Amino acid sequence: MTTLGFLARENLDRLLTALRASGYRCVGPMVLDGAIQYCDLPNAQSLPSGCRDSQAPGRYRLDHTDTSRQFAWANGPQAIKPFLFAPRETLWCVERDAREALTFKTVSPESQALAVIGVRACDLAALRLQDAHFLQGLNRDVQYAARREGMFLVAVNCTHPAATCFCVSTGDGPEVPEATGTNAGCDLILDELDDGFILHSASERGASVAGQLELAPVTPEQQTVVAQQRQQARAVQKRSLPARDLRPMLDKRLEHPRWVEVAGRCLSCGNCTSVCPTCFCYSEQEQPLLDGSGSTHARVWDSCFTQGHSYIHGITIRADTRLRYRQWLTHKLAAWHDQYGRSGCVGCGRCISWCPVGIDITEEVAALAASPT
Amino acid sequence: MATSKPSIAVHKFSSCDGCQLAFLNLGEDLLQLMELVDVRHFAEAGILDEEADVDIAFVEGSLSTPQDLERIQQVRAHAKYLITIGACATAGGLQALRNLADAKEWVAAVYAQPEYIASLDKVQPIRAAVPVDFELWGCPVNGRQVVAAVRALLFGVAPIDAKDKVCMECKRQQAVCVMVARGEACLGPVTRTGCGALCPSFGRACYGCYGAAENANAVSLGMRMQGLGLPAEQIAQHFETTTNQSPLFAQATARWRGQHG
Repeated sequence: MTTLGFLARENLDRLLTALRASGYRCVGPMVLDGAIQYCDLPNAQSLPSGCRDSQAPGRYRLDHTDTSRQFAWANGPQAIKPFLFAPRETLWCVERDAREALTFKTVSPESQALAVIGVRACDLAALRLQDAHFLQGLNRDVQYAARREGMFLVAVNCTHPAATCFCVSTGDGPEVPEATGTNAGCDLILDELDDGFILHSASERGASVAGQLELAPVTPEQQTVVAQQRQQARAVQKRSLPARDLRPMLDKRLEHPRWVEVAGRCLSCGNCTSVCPTCFCYSEQEQPLLDGSGSTHARVWDSCFTQGHSYIHGITIRADTRLRYRQWLTHKLAAWHDQYGRSGCVGCGRCISWCPVGIDITEEVAALAASPT
Repeated sequence: MATSKPSIAVHKFSSCDGCQLAFLNLGEDLLQLMELVDVRHFAEAGILDEEADVDIAFVEGSLSTPQDLERIQQVRAHAKYLITIGACATAGGLQALRNLADAKEWVAAVYAQPEYIASLDKVQPIRAAVPVDFELWGCPVNGRQVVAAVRALLFGVAPIDAKDKVCMECKRQQAVCVMVARGEACLGPVTRTGCGALCPSFGRACYGCYGAAENANAVSLGMRMQGLGLPAEQIAQHFETTTNQSPLFAQATARWRGQHG
């Protein structure tokens, strides 16, 4: 990572212009329906200026303040995931001709040069996990891969974590880790100040795009402010997980009474898994034409909280919420270590905020850890 | 090719007729459907032969009168496969709200000559009287549901029983949760999918038109509504709509009515 210089706030549009000139469609955070959502970004003025969020278990609200900052908020319900792992997409089609012969047709994934502005360290950590799931191993996911290849990522170091955030304890934020120069998992990194942004390049193409901008040298005062706000963003986080690797603890608590207790509150609605930036489960659906002459085969986001998720030849393995919640939590925090070499939780806190009944993963883990039975 | 097409009938019991529109509003698909099946009885479409033997009988409406109880036996006897459509047929419908009151008292209060009114004390869904092979939930059901069910049966496979929560579809559409972001009492987390998360995608909390989803936790949702500031009576009212005889919703109603006193 190389610090490139300072971009005044009124010149932020030049970054969007440079990205568009390089062929990218720009998406970024905007206020829509009462939440920060990533949409097509017409210009820098459309960013959530002065917007602040307040988050608590089962609660999310936006307020307006008089700050000039455009990134003084923590994440809304989604960021990168829906752009790569689409909530619904067609995988293939089949046609049946007059002689009843079937022809299968691949639906080619659309590739896109997409620049995502304003992603956070937690999103990038989650992206690395989604990459590991969809791109590595024997079966590379062609849909995901096509969209991933064209993606340009502009990260903004988080200065205002929400009360639900705990990325410090998972080691994934609040700033993008300065991953020894090689791979921060993005192209540009911004530190936001009141009057503009300090730009750092994290890839060759990031440096190339930034090279089209006129940047001022970074002053020592600006560097001090950046250091202070990075420190502050760490200090404000009150929630945490007790360890990065919770396998030993959770493996000994599969019959813990807390699973029954949390099942009493859990709606088994799948909101947590849908907003989780690392959850990757999907189901597949057949959508036949009425006349039987063809069908499209789609995949849709699924969740370990649905019945279908554990339905195998006549048996629903996890019929009740105790088993479904336990599956979610122990898979995410324990079994992922075996599959992907780390926990599946990046501390973004979305599952806490967007749970309709406010179940808090850090509180559940603490209760499990507190007693062995 | 077989010369005879599969036959269907559409029967109406106590209902508003709205679910039958799921067929009539199909547009071009309706023409295609008429080529695929032989419609033997469908009063709303002007085809009358109530006692015709059919492969599939669709039944709209609930059991509300003594005549309904007799007629549903005939429908069952003449059908190989019986599919109930809509909230009335699957969960009582609005008319089942009288189960919560003294029906005779209501009739006396409303009608000048109540002796002409023959209605049962309790309204029941169709499955209370006859075996039902498949249920399509919703108030009303939509064309996608009936087409998918017919198509599956024409293929010779069981139709897919969509019973996940509305939240799953709501999140796929990336609608912002009205409960979390606005503090509104939404029935999505306990309600069966099928509508395409219609209301939440327009910023309105779910009314629960499709009845209870599988493994739904109405107790916890009711407690959350209480936490959002709703009095017990209003919580009960959320579960007292067209699917009030869905067992889970009936339990929730009883629970919050009980607390109301």
